[in-house]
Amino acid sequence: MRALVAMSGGVDSSVAAALMLDQGYDVIGVTLKQWEGDNGEMPLAGCCTVSDSEDARRVAAQLDVPYYVLDYVDEFTEKVVDHFGEMYAAGKTPNPCIECNRRVRFSVLLERTAALGCDVLVTGHHARIRHDYKGYHLIRAVDGSKDQSYVLHMLSQEDLAMVRLPVGEMTKTKVREYATQMGLRTAAKPDSQDLCFVGEGSYRDFIRSRFPDAARPGPLVTSDGAVLAEHEGMVDFTIGQRRGLGVALGEPRYVVDIKPETSTVVLGTREELLSAGCVVEAASFVAGAPPESSTISVKIRYRSQPVPGTLLAAAAGFWRVEFDEPQLAVAPGQAAVFYAGDEVLGGGTISEAIR
Amino acid sequence: MLYLDHAATTKVRPETRAAMAPYLDDAFGNPSGIHAISRRAKNALEESREKAAVLLGAAHPLEIVFTGGGTEADNLAVVGSGLAEGRRGAVVTTAVEHDAVLQSAAFLEMLGCRVDTVGVDGKGRIDVSELASHVDAETAVVSAMTANNETGVLFPIREIADTVHAKSPATLVHTDAVQAFISETITVAATGADMISLAGHKFGGPKGVGLLYVPRDIKLEPVVHGGGQELGRRSGTHNVPAIVGMVAAMEVTVAGRTEMRARVGSVRDTFEATLRAAVPDLQITGEPGPRLVQHSHVRIPGIAAETLLIRLDQSGLAAAAGSACSSGAIEVSHVLAAMGMGETEAAECVRFSFGWSTETGDGITAARRVATVVEGLR
Repeated sequence: MRALVAMSGGVDSSVAAALMLDQGYDVIGVTLKQWEGDNGEMPLAGCCTVSDSEDARRVAAQLDVPYYVLDYVDEFTEKVVDHFGEMYAAGKTPNPCIECNRRVRFSVLLERTAALGCDVLVTGHHARIRHDYKGYHLIRAVDGSKDQSYVLHMLSQEDLAMVRLPVGEMTKTKVREYATQMGLRTAAKPDSQDLCFVGEGSYRDFIRSRFPDAARPGPLVTSDGAVLAEHEGMVDFTIGQRRGLGVALGEPRYVVDIKPETSTVVLGTREELLSAGCVVEAASFVAGAPPESSTISVKIRYRSQPVPGTLLAAAAGFWRVEFDEPQLAVAPGQAAVFYAGDEVLGGGTISEAIR
Repeated sequence: MLYLDHAATTKVRPETRAAMAPYLDDAFGNPSGIHAISRRAKNALEESREKAAVLLGAAHPLEIVFTGGGTEADNLAVVGSGLAEGRRGAVVTTAVEHDAVLQSAAFLEMLGCRVDTVGVDGKGRIDVSELASHVDAETAVVSAMTANNETGVLFPIREIADTVHAKSPATLVHTDAVQAFISETITVAATGADMISLAGHKFGGPKGVGLLYVPRDIKLEPVVHGGGQELGRRSGTHNVPAIVGMVAAMEVTVAGRTEMRARVGSVRDTFEATLRAAVPDLQITGEPGPRLVQHSHVRIPGIAAETLLIRLDQSGLAAAAGSACSSGAIEVSHVLAAMGMGETEAAECVRFSFGWSTETGDGITAARRVATVVEGLR
């Protein structure tokens, strides 16, 4: 049996490769080269950059497995980076890692898995896959604080049949211990935080230079329409933001809405930031069909816990989630991922917050 | 491992290794020194220079400038002649040159030199009269390669040199013969060029050493500044063992060239015929030639080069796509783009290159192995 291991240069995918060897697989390591700057320069930091891929290459050499860098810069630029800019220009708050997984990464890797004669695709994501008579299930990681099931919600039954996530069965501490014990050079490497295509700079500077349309100025208004000031670009604001608003109002104010047609940024109170639910578009379900029970929990951003709610079919292709308790700062563009306990049911992109 | 990537680099010949050994050991001296150990190194350096001059048909040993490789030789030829005597001389080159030439030309353009780049046809051929039409009295240098490193397509370098010289006697003709030297007759007379670049590692010498043939009366602005070695044209302590090794490899190459052409050419032909029989829609770039006898640059429709190369690597066969970045990822080839090939087609091209260490059965073995992988993918 042969495994294609997507190696980012971080500790998780390094350990994933080593674990597959332990399980008796022949391993091929690959890194997807997905981004280069205008002059062909590489960002120096962040997940999956080519400088990081040197760590992956060294780990592969240490494990004595073949290793290749696959070029998918064009696809990534078109489907992830340009989309990232378009979302900001539309006043939304995108999650490019999810877009990448949904539109590029897994499809490219799964296609290569077959073409390179491999039986399974392995990544270093923290999540678990279970199989029973109903099919494949995507489950939160053993290490809840590192759980990445949110960014994998778009995987289908066919995808999960091919995918293995060995480090999802371990705590991060155990992953690092194992890497140390194996003498892997990535054992103590910090987790990456940056977007791979922005690197060390600010993503706002990146958008300003590359997508000027997303940085168009407009009015900063109160929720009853009074103009407070002119802002320097929608890109400087996200729903729920409290700091750096450029105006002093004497009491806490938050960004409660962004209206792209007039580039208007609306400030309001904490109460005005609450939403009773959200509309979700482009939803997919891990099982291939929506769950029987409409009682779910939903996770509306990467760094938050799922909250209880009800999932209802809306207009064709759209779903409506009603939260049991109103939620703060529901941001269109972010993913809403549906859970039943620890199991991922599916998810989609928030298109609208319901007040 | 069946090695069919000789165009990328070659194994060091045993003669090279033997020639180098003393200069890694007791005769390790800096040739610029005064003492006995330096003298041994200096003697070896100058003896190598004389041999290289004879092998290239140069008029004088000092027409050989040793460099740190083929890229550096190309930089010295193009940048050096463009900037000579404080000028901003014009450059004419071709769209399929190695990046060492193209990026040197781009550097000159940034400094205000005029750069004209001449295209090629779908078989990688150049129109000599079109090239000459860009040459005038302002043209400091015309740089055209002897053979293309990706496709193996040969340019009529003698005709190019004669045509350029006839039109503008003061214009220098430079040829990058890095890929051609192992199998083609590369001499001053045969090429008609004023400057010739070679790289040791393409013909069984060590890496990191090359040379530029350039007559002493040609003025060049140095690109590496320092202690004034090589008549001030290439500063830096001489890499004596590498220079000795490269020249030893040159001697073996020139002595065995006729035999090598016949033997490796026949292996390459067998490879192409066998592969074509198994994969009838195979396309051979640059056919019917003239091409380097050791090159086989092919397109297998519908099979991504990346997938094929990884599969071949897994099966123990080393080959390459024409162009790769330092990470090893395959990049869009400027050579194939210049030949009018679309991105999808270009991404299906693979280069098999044979060399001095190729054995008689390699052609048939390789073709069968490629055919097996292709069948598996189809």
